[in-house]
Amino acid sequence: MINFNYTVWIPLIPFIIFIILGLSGHKLKAKLSGLIGTGGLGLVTLLSYFTAYKYFFTTVKVEDAYQKIEAFQVTWLQFTDKLHIDLGVLLDPISVMMLVVISTVSFMVHIYSIGYMKGEKGYERFFSFLSLFSFSMLGLVLATNIFQMYIFWELVGVSSYLLIGFYYTKPSAVAASKKAFIVTRFADMGFLIGILMLSFITGTFDFITLTDPSGSAISQGSGAAFLGLSVMTWSMIFVYMGGVGKSAMMPFHIWLPDAMEGPTPVSALIHAATMVVAGVYLVARMFPVYAISAPAALDVVAWVGALSSLFAAIVACTQNDIKRVLAYSTMSQIGYMMLALGVSGYGGHDGLGYMASMFHLFTHAMFKALLFLGAGAIIHAVHTNFMTEMGGLRKFLPVTHATFLIACLTIAGIPPFSGFFSKDEILVAAFHHNKALFAIEYIVAGLTAFYMFRLYFNIFWGKENHYHHTPHEAPAVMTIPLIILAIGSVFSGFIPFHELVTSDGKAFESHIEWTIAIPSIIIAVIGITTAWLMYKKETAIPDRVAAAFKFGYRWAYNKFYFDELYLFVTKKVIFRYISAPVAWFDRKVVDMTMNRIAEVTHHVSFRIRGFQSGQLQKYGFAFVSGAVLLALLIIYLWK
Amino acid sequence: MNSGIPLHYFLILATVMFFVGIYGFLTRRNLITILMSVELILNSVNINFLAFNRYLFPHKLEGLFFSLFVIAVAAAEAAVAIALIINIYRRFTTINVEDVHEMRY
Repeated sequence: MINFNYTVWIPLIPFIIFIILGLSGHKLKAKLSGLIGTGGLGLVTLLSYFTAYKYFFTTVKVEDAYQKIEAFQVTWLQFTDKLHIDLGVLLDPISVMMLVVISTVSFMVHIYSIGYMKGEKGYERFFSFLSLFSFSMLGLVLATNIFQMYIFWELVGVSSYLLIGFYYTKPSAVAASKKAFIVTRFADMGFLIGILMLSFITGTFDFITLTDPSGSAISQGSGAAFLGLSVMTWSMIFVYMGGVGKSAMMPFHIWLPDAMEGPTPVSALIHAATMVVAGVYLVARMFPVYAISAPAALDVVAWVGALSSLFAAIVACTQNDIKRVLAYSTMSQIGYMMLALGVSGYGGHDGLGYMASMFHLFTHAMFKALLFLGAGAIIHAVHTNFMTEMGGLRKFLPVTHATFLIACLTIAGIPPFSGFFSKDEILVAAFHHNKALFAIEYIVAGLTAFYMFRLYFNIFWGKENHYHHTPHEAPAVMTIPLIILAIGSVFSGFIPFHELVTSDGKAFESHIEWTIAIPSIIIAVIGITTAWLMYKKETAIPDRVAAAFKFGYRWAYNKFYFDELYLFVTKKVIFRYISAPVAWFDRKVVDMTMNRIAEVTHHVSFRIRGFQSGQLQKYGFAFVSGAVLLALLIIYLWK
Repeated sequence: MNSGIPLHYFLILATVMFFVGIYGFLTRRNLITILMSVELILNSVNINFLAFNRYLFPHKLEGLFFSLFVIAVAAAEAAVAIALIINIYRRFTTINVEDVHEMRY
């Protein structure tokens, strides 16, 4: 048994840095605080890689399967013998994989931020929040029990809130951070209900007991039923609701596009690569429970994922703010991962979807972080978010251009870039499970290629705008992370995920099914060609297409009026028919009662205050009369 | 009892002194006079103590001791009261009790 005790330092290092920078950051030089944050994350990255190496290549497999290792465990709150909340570190294939993803992307984003945030007010505050986020995210993936996960789940929510609202003097950023927090908080309420129901049924919080496929927890809870679904299924649906909120799936996706108000490195780290996949990770973590005792909940997962990815891909085709396009693309790709989990079975080759989902999570983290950081470099150069104000940038930003192109090819699924492999696995898994879901994902693959290359051609080709000053390439501290992530995007497809990260820990045979892969390449090429025809040179085609599908275009451009729907429900329905009567009751009944009591007291005391005249002898007279009166009473009534 | 004066003579004297004291306490405006009235009240009580001790429990001494205590307390009280009155005079340049009415609504 290899000793993994040191892994507890992986989340603790960022936490210590957060405390140091948070308490004394304003005294340090800005540059030094950036270096402390980045250096700490570098250390975490080294530790994570070391852990991954040790876990995947040197631990002994039991019956050919990677084991779950509890590297560290401490009882935090002991209520009764059975009910206790622990904190600890759980190592299994997905948590180790997530360690690699989070630390890599976080490290890259830290390096990038040194250049990107240069000269910004609150530089050290930014780095301390980044460290807080890294701590919470690492704690989330390493959680040994669902309650610890919930605690860190909320912590990533808080750090996301703080970072979206980083420019707190900007009203739109403040509104976006509040929106993100409230929407995810609302979804987390479902998560909490799910946790409570689940722990009530199974009597445990612990992941190892909970997800043991032959354990008692999974076989329980198939008894009672509500609306045709077992209580277990309901609890898993509620747990999934938390994942829906965090991963910006429908119908809780509305916060993600607005979250782009935050600094771009934050969007890359939190809203593309790590935090938003927490929902996927949650389902993967609970996967045996979903697959074995709540298959109906798994169908919900699949359909929510499929519809979200389709919806987001359509909306992404019409947006003009490059960060929003990327946000919708993130939502669409996470939909893919959810769908892959939803169509997966447990164990062996049935777990193809599970493996594909984790694979796609990994590659997506690389190329989406790359896209966001590239977008940051572009915004840095031209000081606008709108692609209509860009064009012809390939001459000015050669490195950004090359890496952005790689990322676009990767997300479009062109071989041999990594996105092709992971997306192909997802399509195969969907094909063998449900043809309708497969068809949706097939269309989404084409749309993805189209909107990414629409973005690409609009930014780097097309008509050159008159810029205020000549755009210049970002400094090396920003381009080096781009290059590293580009290398990751290209080569991470060759990692043999089917041997490392599988639903039951056992390796299985997997190969590319060309009957599915070739059509998916073809549709990606069609998407790219369409974008090339429409946007490479400035033409009237886009406007004509928009005019031809006027109705559909308007709906997609306005994000299918989801925000308006929510506003309608909250303002016109909830505020008017629930909040307003409650407010009336509060003001007219509760407050009024209290006010009347106060008024009566006031009037009475106003009348009788004359007694307190300050005349000593009046008091004396009252006292003596009282004494005499009492004496008389006692004498004549007592007897 | 061999004394020629009956008990109720003492009691009548004490009652008269008591109510004279009360009357003075309530009607005089001068703080010194009020203090003197209080002394009258205390002394009327002393007379009661002594009279009852002498007539009801001639072999005991509690009444005597009580009146000694009362005299001692009265002396202390007079000292404190006069100190207060001097301070009041310094603050308000009067010792008329009606003019000292800061502590009111």
